[in-house]
Amino acid sequence: MWNYVKKLQFPVNIKEPNANLAQVIISQFGGPDGELAASMRYLSQRYSMPYREVAGVLTDIGTEELAHLEMVGAIVHQLTRNLSMEEIEKSGFDKYYVDHTIGVWPQAAGGIPFNACEFQVKGDIITDLMEDMAAEQKARSTYDNILRLVKDPDVCEPIKFLREREIVHFQRFGEANREDCSKSEHAQYNH
Amino acid sequence: MGNKEQMLKDIGIVDFTLTELTLYLDTHPHDRSAMEYFNHYNRIKNQLMKEFAQRFYPLTLDYADSNKEWRWGMAPLPWEGACN
Repeated sequence: MWNYVKKLQFPVNIKEPNANLAQVIISQFGGPDGELAASMRYLSQRYSMPYREVAGVLTDIGTEELAHLEMVGAIVHQLTRNLSMEEIEKSGFDKYYVDHTIGVWPQAAGGIPFNACEFQVKGDIITDLMEDMAAEQKARSTYDNILRLVKDPDVCEPIKFLREREIVHFQRFGEANREDCSKSEHAQYNH
Repeated sequence: MGNKEQMLKDIGIVDFTLTELTLYLDTHPHDRSAMEYFNHYNRIKNQLMKEFAQRFYPLTLDYADSNKEWRWGMAPLPWEGACN
């Protein structure tokens, strides 16, 4: 079960709306390497994880990814509020707008809906942890690409924070994959 | 004793420190000095969360004791952007 904290993990306070940027950044909400896929990947992999420490890492990182999902949602929301109809048409946001108005719906930048096929739960400790490490790098690359497209510091700062977290999570999954953590005396053998 | 924005910023800093320590301890469960850091910052966080709830509104349901109005439900939403 979970507890909700009524604040963002890192502040998002965007003053200038920008529908072009919103259409790119929404990929980290519901796209192939986005935060929704990250959270669902880790939280779903826990049940077949035989080592308690590793399941703990999956729980805590999967939980932090939900906080990141909320941050990306806040960025998209703040980039699309107070838009004029003219701005919506000019920026090409009209295609999204017709289906969702300015609601935040999980999709990739190219318009493809969120899909669980973007992640895997293989039920094998090595396979799952290797997927998790690759996923953190894919998300880091996506944030690097976003940072090349963003000029507004109000948007850059939270994106930079999210990018850094991918690196920390990669490190922790790497440690979870090591002998001294995942093969400790507390491991449960419940295959 | 800061204003609301400063207190939220302080809580964010302490909370982030705890998130980092949690992930570190998950893979280094026998590191005593990290556990001491965790306990230290956890005490500060609990104090700040309690003080923030008394002065402004509860950030979690643990601090949501209300009598006149349901302050948990009336608190600002994190994505509004004014003071998160």
